[in-house]
Amino acid sequence: MSILDSKIPEGPLADKWTKHKNDINLVNPANKRLIDVIIVGTGLAGGSAAATLAELGYNVKAFCFQDSPRRAHSIAAQGGINAAKNYQGDGDSTYRLFYDTVKGGDYRSREANVYRLAEVSTNIIDQCVAQGVPFAREYGGLLDNRSFGGVLVSRTFYAKGQTGQQLLLGAYAAMNRQIGRGKIKMYTRHEMLDVVIVDGKARGIIARNLVTGEIERHSAHAVVLGTGGYGNAFYLSTYAMGSNVTAAWKAHKRGAFFANPCYTQIHPTCIPVSGDHQSKLTLMSESLRNDGRIWVPKHKKDVEAIRNGSLKPTELAEEDRDYYLERRYPAFGNLVPRDVASRAAKERCDAGYGVNQTGEAVYLDFASAIERYGKEQAYIKGLNVDDKKVVTDLGKKVVENKYGNLFQMYEKIVDQNPYETPMMIYPAVHYTMGGLWVDYNLMTTVPGLYAIGEANFSDHGANRLGASALMQGLADGYFVLPYTIGDYLAHDIRTGPIPTDTKEFDEAEKSVKDTINRLVNNQGTKSVDHFHKRLGKIMWNKCGMARNEKELKEAIQEIAKLREEFYKDVFVPGNENEYNEELAKAGRVADFLELGELFAKDALERNESAGGHFREEYQTEGGEALRVKEYQYVSAWEYKGQPSDAVHHKESLEYENIEVKERSYK
Amino acid sequence: MSGILNSSIGRKFAMALSALFLMVFLVMHVSINFTSVFSEELFNNLSHFMGTNPLVQGLMQPILIFGVVFHFVMGFILEAKNRASRSVKYASNSAKDNSTWMSRNMLLTGVVVLAFLGLHMYDFWVHEMTVKYVEGDMSGLIDPNNAESGFRYYEELREKFVSPVRVGIYVVAFVLLALHLLHGFNSSFQSIGANNKYIKGLKGFSKVYSIGIPALFIFIAVYHHFTH
Amino acid sequence: MNLTLKIWRQKDANDKGKIVDYPVSGISPDMSFLEMLDVLNQELIEKGESPVAFDHDCREGICGTCSLYINGRAHGPATKITACQLHMRSFKDGDTIYIEPWRAKAFPVIKDLIVDRTSFDRIQQAGGFISVNTSGNTQDANAIPIEKENADKAFDAATCIGCGACVASCKNSSAMLFVSAKVSQFALLPQGQVEATDRVLNMVKQMDEEGFGNCTNTGACEVECPKGISLENIARMNREYLAASFKG
Repeated sequence: MSILDSKIPEGPLADKWTKHKNDINLVNPANKRLIDVIIVGTGLAGGSAAATLAELGYNVKAFCFQDSPRRAHSIAAQGGINAAKNYQGDGDSTYRLFYDTVKGGDYRSREANVYRLAEVSTNIIDQCVAQGVPFAREYGGLLDNRSFGGVLVSRTFYAKGQTGQQLLLGAYAAMNRQIGRGKIKMYTRHEMLDVVIVDGKARGIIARNLVTGEIERHSAHAVVLGTGGYGNAFYLSTYAMGSNVTAAWKAHKRGAFFANPCYTQIHPTCIPVSGDHQSKLTLMSESLRNDGRIWVPKHKKDVEAIRNGSLKPTELAEEDRDYYLERRYPAFGNLVPRDVASRAAKERCDAGYGVNQTGEAVYLDFASAIERYGKEQAYIKGLNVDDKKVVTDLGKKVVENKYGNLFQMYEKIVDQNPYETPMMIYPAVHYTMGGLWVDYNLMTTVPGLYAIGEANFSDHGANRLGASALMQGLADGYFVLPYTIGDYLAHDIRTGPIPTDTKEFDEAEKSVKDTINRLVNNQGTKSVDHFHKRLGKIMWNKCGMARNEKELKEAIQEIAKLREEFYKDVFVPGNENEYNEELAKAGRVADFLELGELFAKDALERNESAGGHFREEYQTEGGEALRVKEYQYVSAWEYKGQPSDAVHHKESLEYENIEVKERSYK
Repeated sequence: MSGILNSSIGRKFAMALSALFLMVFLVMHVSINFTSVFSEELFNNLSHFMGTNPLVQGLMQPILIFGVVFHFVMGFILEAKNRASRSVKYASNSAKDNSTWMSRNMLLTGVVVLAFLGLHMYDFWVHEMTVKYVEGDMSGLIDPNNAESGFRYYEELREKFVSPVRVGIYVVAFVLLALHLLHGFNSSFQSIGANNKYIKGLKGFSKVYSIGIPALFIFIAVYHHFTH
Repeated sequence: MNLTLKIWRQKDANDKGKIVDYPVSGISPDMSFLEMLDVLNQELIEKGESPVAFDHDCREGICGTCSLYINGRAHGPATKITACQLHMRSFKDGDTIYIEPWRAKAFPVIKDLIVDRTSFDRIQQAGGFISVNTSGNTQDANAIPIEKENADKAFDAATCIGCGACVASCKNSSAMLFVSAKVSQFALLPQGQVEATDRVLNMVKQMDEEGFGNCTNTGACEVECPKGISLENIARMNREYLAASFKG
């Protein structure tokens, strides 16, 4: 029997959440005023949780390292948010969203959590519209939808290519209302550097004021982490520069188990790396695959000609192009899930068909969409359908309306006009499905410590479907945590304020200060970025889109060695009592250097391929991921000093409402 | 409603209203002046009417004076506040890339127009006011030694434009007024919140107005100078 | 490319600050502007000097964190982008580039090129929201159809990233474009009507208290706004404000 208790309620799947809400403890409004909750991170999950808990009457203290809660990286989500509204009448339902998500996650997620997610998804849309989030609408004034990868319905709500921005600003507005009322105390430019555990319960945090460098103690009856994912372990990713694992990692060190660290999403459509100077990668929304077709040349000679500039991609004849996704996956075509699309791109590029100088790019082509839309418009307007210029101009307009900001972004970065020539894209690290292990109540293995949004592991299994991250973040923050945290806090109504002058706080503060002093006083020679880049290279080459036993073992060794070198040779300029970005970065990279090793260790342990985790040893003849039944569990790692000492726990996954079968998109 | 003038939007609204009022006044002023080009008699009669009608003198003139003073005083207050909102200046600032010279120099053009207004008042208004209200002569600037000659508004006007220096100052001031109006006209509509398709249609008209009105004033001055 | 950078250095809020010259070399035209600063900072760190502090996060033009006044313009010479989206191909070998922080009394400098923009947050806290609780009992999202034109205009206004380029480039340091974007978004939607009066009055009051200047309609903000937020929003806010004021 595992020590992990997922606390999944009894009863039929569809009734679990309702029943659970009826069964759990509530805190009466007068008592909520006596309870403090700390929320770290103000993205979709943290922001929505902070606003909702404050509405309910709790005293919320919210923390973010950015200068404003509005800048959390949820803002960069482009394509949309899923909800089982079935506004299009195309057969969608709660069950179907649940089914798609479990299948999309390659049967490595928890059934009950995913069903709940699908169930509350419709509330999210209602809530956001009521808050004034300007979703895209049709001419009739009703909400519009589009399709995302891995599904056969249109259930994605969107606001051009800026859905994350609009949803985050909605949550930010809800927070602002509570900040204005004094129910949320907002700490911006503050970084959480430790969780304080008192009598086995999370009772506060140690935070550093990034402007003054001051180390602060903050206490509460519960601590919620909405601190996002850890993809920046790869150095190059679509994450923000500041995104980090520190809060989650410190929680891990204080007893929270870390689940499935190796499950990383590598997004197929990102702008390729252009040189060593590159600091980050830019995503081109998955929504582009609604209309864009992905291809590489069929013949090597054309690849050569394109690379040396003697052939333009637009000049290559249709029959000389290999639309490899349409070829390999006729049912889903260009809209296969992200893991599948990414691997297929890597397969073509590894085989030598990459279309840029580095050989790591494929085309995403809108020419046929422009023609199709153009003809449609020409027909509607009664213009000549055979006039190529008229059709192209009209088609470009339609495409601009749908994806204008993405096209503009691409042009700004690459200096090529995607209306005229196909985009070049390549996969990049985008999201981490792994994270802190949580039970059905979203509580980690530390009582009173919760993890929500990307920071937890719960809903996406081994691969996340497009437009589901926003859904999960808001579901956790608006509709799940506010109920489940009450169950825990109901026992704290007589506790009174948590003092910060206790030995537990002393100890935690000392440990934080020691780490900072060690970094600041280290007389090294190399910058933090130097180590971060080297870690990223190891991660990308050995723990990236395809992994194998040999390289994972090497990665574990190399990362451990790099970590040692880091502490010996890192140089942090300035001191700890000032605004010091290098110091903040050093702390984050130190944690990535530990997480990276656990990541590789987890990937090595999982002798199967599932979703984003692809082990070369485990693939079908057609090169698809090969799941292994014995690995139908969640890996949860317990901290024991060094990543190499981490203890492995398993939560076995049961599927009672869905048949586990080969995940096929053919 | 209370304290609307203490808010930034309220102040610019007031600024815009006074501006719109002054722009209407300019139309009237230039229309009357322009009659001097083709009819001495009409000009004299209109001038006399405007100068002696109790409604014009007792009600409209004070409103006008208030409007002018308000516009200038408020302009200075706004400018002072705006300057205070940035204590450290940029070492390098390329404002020409994002805004017109006119829009950034309303104070400069305004001050020149104000200075000109001083001269203008000295030239025409102070003298006339002295005759009318200090000396109590409401006859309309009739030469006491030559009563038959009738109103002398026209002659007074002609006389003022003999000096090329004065005409030069006059021309410069009106060029600056044009620059002031080129930004101010549309700006005032924006400030009162009118920015619909009709107002956008006014853009062309605003150019005609902003250049046309000062041009007419200049034409009148130059005409009288050269026909003297 | 080889460049001369003239960068504002200021140790902290109390320091007087000055422009310091830094030569950089070997800059690739494919680098983003911030990556060029990364190169400089790596060199400074290697020399044991303090790197230039600047705000940045998403580096894809949406978080609104970066805030550099480059050669006299907010976010640099190109329009409709943020500094992180500006690429070095916009400059030529041998150029001298001024890099300064946003300048406004309401945006005090924290360090070097970093300014404090919490005044923007306080304006939003004064009324930039619709008061609806997270109950899960709101009416169905499709219960209120919204005219597409208004929905689109509300969206356009809502794309503001709160970077502060409008304030930085306004000769009066006015925050009107920023505030009007939020006021407009809600003024254009039926959901926003209930609180419209209080919202505009409270937000403008807070804006004035923060020490931003008055709008004189120069239009610089619209030109420099990375998201192309239209001046129409300011006119709409003026209208809303005046109507609200007269309503009392």
